[in-house]
Amino acid sequence: MAEAVVGTGAPSPGVDRAAARQRKSFLRVFIERNKVGMIGYVIFGAILIMSFIGPLFLPDENPTDVGLVYAPPSWDHPLGTDWRGQDVLYQIINGGAGLLIVSMIAAGVATAVAVIFGALAGLIGGRLDSVALILADVVLTVPFIILLGVLAVFVRLDNIFLLALVLAAVGWPTLLRAVRAQVLSLKEREYVEAARMLDLPMRHVLFREVLPNMMPYIIINFVLGMTNAIYGQIILYYLGLVPLQGDNWGLMIQQIQSKQAYSLNDAFVYVMAPIVMISLLQLSLVLISRTLEDVFNPRLREV
Amino acid sequence: MAVVSTDATTATTRQPGTVTVWARSRQILTGFLARRILRAILTIFFVTTFIFFLVRLLPGNPIEVYINQQITQYGYSYEDARAQAQSLFAIDVDQPVLLQYFDYLQNLAQGNLGMSVSSPGTTVGEVIESRLPWTLFSVGTALVISFIVGALLGMFMAYERGRFADSVLSSFASLSGSIPNFLGALLLLIFFGVKLEWIPFVDMRGSLSPGQQVEFSFAFVQDALYHATLPILVYVVFSIGSWMLLMKSSTISTLEEDYVAAGRARGVPEWRIAIFYVGRNAILPLFTQLTIAIGFVAGGSLLIEPIFAYEGIGSELWRSIQQRDYPMLQGIFLVVTVSVVVANLIADLFYSRLDPRIRTGGGE
Repeated sequence: MAEAVVGTGAPSPGVDRAAARQRKSFLRVFIERNKVGMIGYVIFGAILIMSFIGPLFLPDENPTDVGLVYAPPSWDHPLGTDWRGQDVLYQIINGGAGLLIVSMIAAGVATAVAVIFGALAGLIGGRLDSVALILADVVLTVPFIILLGVLAVFVRLDNIFLLALVLAAVGWPTLLRAVRAQVLSLKEREYVEAARMLDLPMRHVLFREVLPNMMPYIIINFVLGMTNAIYGQIILYYLGLVPLQGDNWGLMIQQIQSKQAYSLNDAFVYVMAPIVMISLLQLSLVLISRTLEDVFNPRLREV
Repeated sequence: MAVVSTDATTATTRQPGTVTVWARSRQILTGFLARRILRAILTIFFVTTFIFFLVRLLPGNPIEVYINQQITQYGYSYEDARAQAQSLFAIDVDQPVLLQYFDYLQNLAQGNLGMSVSSPGTTVGEVIESRLPWTLFSVGTALVISFIVGALLGMFMAYERGRFADSVLSSFASLSGSIPNFLGALLLLIFFGVKLEWIPFVDMRGSLSPGQQVEFSFAFVQDALYHATLPILVYVVFSIGSWMLLMKSSTISTLEEDYVAAGRARGVPEWRIAIFYVGRNAILPLFTQLTIAIGFVAGGSLLIEPIFAYEGIGSELWRSIQQRDYPMLQGIFLVVTVSVVVANLIADLFYSRLDPRIRTGGGE
């Protein structure tokens, strides 16, 4: 991998020195190659710190002040106040953790399902493969947003695990197809063929030979699964299908829409705050997945 | 190019009455399209079954809730409440589940989707019939524009790769793919509607201006387009990015093919190479992404239409979710799924015309 990254340089005289330089410069080359991608890591890191450490510095309560509804930014309220007169900055700091935790659980479940069934389908092939593919295709054909909305109407989403499960239930097919395609290409490699020739149990082939070599793709899929889960969660809040309590960026969007706050000039900062946060979070994850693809898939680099 | 010419020769050598024609048509039947049609039917069957069991079998299902509500709130007898539920949901709750299921399938086959709960006296079918055309029109137009413009821009990016225009368009494509489309729609309203007042969004609400009749005239088409402009704009802007990036990478790899070099060596003009050698082959991988794109844009109507008060099926679905109008929800879900499946079939048909390799079964 490192070799391919630095391979464009002129051939060096000392092999040992060249190897040492390659090892040292991997991170630097990675950063140089992905200047835009680095912004993704910085933004994502900042959002993580703000959402998980920031709330420790907040007072316990965010008082409502009916006399100070839709206040523009001020020293007391740097991002203004919302329709109840509550501080917006407080909600922004407090409202990211839940979103992130649920999307990580959902992405974890979806990735696990996709990896296990996708890898088995790819390795064993035959009927299992066609059943898994047909199921994935059926779920993919139904519009994601509508499936999510209808499912959430029937399942009461009163705890975060249920919420994560519903999100995972609509999120696994894309990941499964990606994993399966990857396994199909890995299957042709010599070491996997060797393991199968030796009649090693499927468990061994799957967990010892195939999956470790797929870790990069699993991580990329996890990141993409997170963006899907965040998108899905915001939609569920927006549709009013998640019990409306606590601070959450999705909930803020829902209230902006239902109170028509976006048509008020004074509420501009309040309206923009959650929209900007969600867009930044999504953008950072997409950028991160791009840099990972760039590292793990050398063929893309020439492009 | 070579691929296309083989197709042309098979077409000309076809003679009536020869065995090879039959062999070839059987091959086509068992090939790509037949499998796609089978899968479409299977998908529709899965989805209808899924929604039946979702409505009927989950604990606290809407039919039981409805019957209990009728009894406790309005003092109906159980029989009356049950009869009421039967007419609304087109399901008779006292029958065994399997019989209910067959009844339900039979009703669907006859186009009976039940009655709306929130607006009494209207059938689900009527509402869908009046709303669906608007969504098909706006979503269909958006898909076509986004696909064509996205492919052209992607090709342009490939030819300009590494230069300024490419990096600007690439950043736009990443950005448009990562901002959720309904937030984009809100941003559009906030900046161009409320702040700058460039877009008369209040005037553009609805599917048609008041007084405008549905008729075969220029004024009607113009008015319909005017009211659909904002939804279409949002669909296009937030789905075009993936086409651009896909077409870019596909074009770059096609440019390296030998037949492109051969064409250049023979002195074929560059524009011919761009259109007939590169473009025609580079666009093929985009078709495999159409399934996801069609579902994405069609699903987006649920979020986008209410924002612009566009009176399509998305707004109706939004309303039935808010009011828990279950028969309506179920009906719209089924109809949207069937529309998407049919749209996919049409896309596959195009695909198999463009890429004859697919038809003979060598594709997948």
